[in-house]
Amino acid sequence: MTLAEAKYQYLLRMGDNALILGHRLSEWCGHGPILEQDIAMTNIALDQVGQARSLLQYAAQLEGKGRTEDDLAYKRDVMEYRNVLLVEQPNEDFAYTIVRQFLFDAFNFLLHKSLVHSKDEHLKAIAEKSLKEITYHLRYSSEWMIRLGDGTAESHQKIQAALDDLFIYTGELLTPDAVDQAIFEAGIGPDLAALQPAYQTKIDEILQQATLQKPEVKYMQSGGKDGRMHTEYLGYILAELQFVQRAYPNMEW
Amino acid sequence: MKAPTDYAHLEDQFQARIDAEEKIEPKDWMPDKYRKTLIRQISQHAHSEIVGMLPEGNWITRAPSLRRKVALLAKVQDEAGHGLYLYGAAETLGAERDDLLDELHRGEAKYSSIFNYPTLSWADIGAIGWLVDGAAIMNQVPLCRCSYGPYARAMVRVCKEESFHQRQGYEIMLTLARGTEAQKKMAQDALNRWWWPSLMMFGPNDAESKHTAQSMAWKIKRFTNDELRQRFVDITAPQAEFLGLTIPDEHLKYNEETGHYGFGPIDWDEFWQVVSGEGPCNRQRLKARRRAHEEGQWVRDAALAHAEKRRQRQAAKNDQKVA
Ligand SMILES: [Fe+2]
Ligand SMILES: [Fe+2]
Ligand SMILES: [Fe+2]
Repeated sequence: MTLAEAKYQYLLRMGDNALILGHRLSEWCGHGPILEQDIAMTNIALDQVGQARSLLQYAAQLEGKGRTEDDLAYKRDVMEYRNVLLVEQPNEDFAYTIVRQFLFDAFNFLLHKSLVHSKDEHLKAIAEKSLKEITYHLRYSSEWMIRLGDGTAESHQKIQAALDDLFIYTGELLTPDAVDQAIFEAGIGPDLAALQPAYQTKIDEILQQATLQKPEVKYMQSGGKDGRMHTEYLGYILAELQFVQRAYPNMEW
Repeated sequence: MKAPTDYAHLEDQFQARIDAEEKIEPKDWMPDKYRKTLIRQISQHAHSEIVGMLPEGNWITRAPSLRRKVALLAKVQDEAGHGLYLYGAAETLGAERDDLLDELHRGEAKYSSIFNYPTLSWADIGAIGWLVDGAAIMNQVPLCRCSYGPYARAMVRVCKEESFHQRQGYEIMLTLARGTEAQKKMAQDALNRWWWPSLMMFGPNDAESKHTAQSMAWKIKRFTNDELRQRFVDITAPQAEFLGLTIPDEHLKYNEETGHYGFGPIDWDEFWQVVSGEGPCNRQRLKARRRAHEEGQWVRDAALAHAEKRRQRQAAKNDQKVA
């Protein structure tokens, strides 16, 4: 694998994470538990789809085959997507949505805190803009973890159940593979393994305030970012996301 | 027998302020009927913004490009924001947002009937922006001069965003109209379905409109339904022509003498059918709103319970300090 190939993969992973999570959040628009939270979740969705655009534009440029952000978003099938499994999990209810967001934001925040020092100027510039947004996302999802965990008996039970279901998807976030390693060695991104303690500390801190139990996980699920595996949900996300472009190919919208 | 005279005097003074184009503010005296009329109108408007999120929200996950997806998300979010300011304006008149929402969920409150039509293709998102936001602007620009201050000020902000939505919608239509045959067909079909419901957005003919005269005297309304509808047709007909699309009305024709477009009769049976709750999507829209509210109950309860726990912990801490 050349560095150029690793960079392309790395950008795809980041872009796909932002796109798929933004897509999931956007499903809430108009259906939120209260108007203010409808607006807040849409804000985060907007940030994430916006980040996905910058990242996929850069990925397309790195690939050098004349593709665009939309070619990447709308014309790849499930096994070509490189997002982590966590972000494709369904909304289920507000508790699942918040847990998914929190587990991802805590990772994404640490990642971007490193990426603002990237040797890759383009990625550095994207990360600087995104870090402000992600800092807010993490604050939002952390606050709701605490509110729901330390709210009513019902909310506590719901968010604990969501945490128990989703924690198995946190493994691949900070488990480095060959792409991550190449990026780290080139000074473009962080050593993911080195971010693990800070991630666990953040999770522990918020779970403690939220009076939640950290699930004991024997086996983590992985395979999204390296393209070995996805959950069945991704196919349905893409069926919706790509419908118009698939039904009416090669047109300008 | 002093009270009635005083009341008449207050009403005269109130009307004099309105006639002098003074703004009425929340703490000012106002006739009960003025307050009620405004609460009804503002809450209907707020509900329209919120229910209006549904037909367009229906295409967020299917928007055909990432640029369009971001723009549509932002637009639907703006509508939520409009709902928020409008519920806020209704609250300045002593109404409670929760009560207003309950009326909506019980099916007792009205909202704009246009949102009871389905969005069936991407072109519908263009047609809604162009026609529905376009008609909303026509209705709402005069409301920026409404006699009730908080409503007028909310409308200034809302109208700025609505005109952005309108341009964005027109640009979607233009892209489709300049596109492939399939895209043109999609755009024409959307215009066919949204045209007449858009004209109905201005409400019944003046002769049938029961609130118009009093609302005009109070300067809540500045133009009649028919005046606004005519203005909408006059502005929109040339826009359709520029798109190369055909408005589905064989009577639509420019009249040199009047300087206006004449247009065919509106199907008022359809209008009253949808208003009475029997439009194509009335049931689905209410169901979606109700479900969001009911499924959100535990979240709202948790937020309240948590805030209360924090308050108590803080109070206990303060007590310790004192001790
Ligand atoms: Fe609006
Ligand atoms: Fe409006
Ligand atoms: Fe609008």
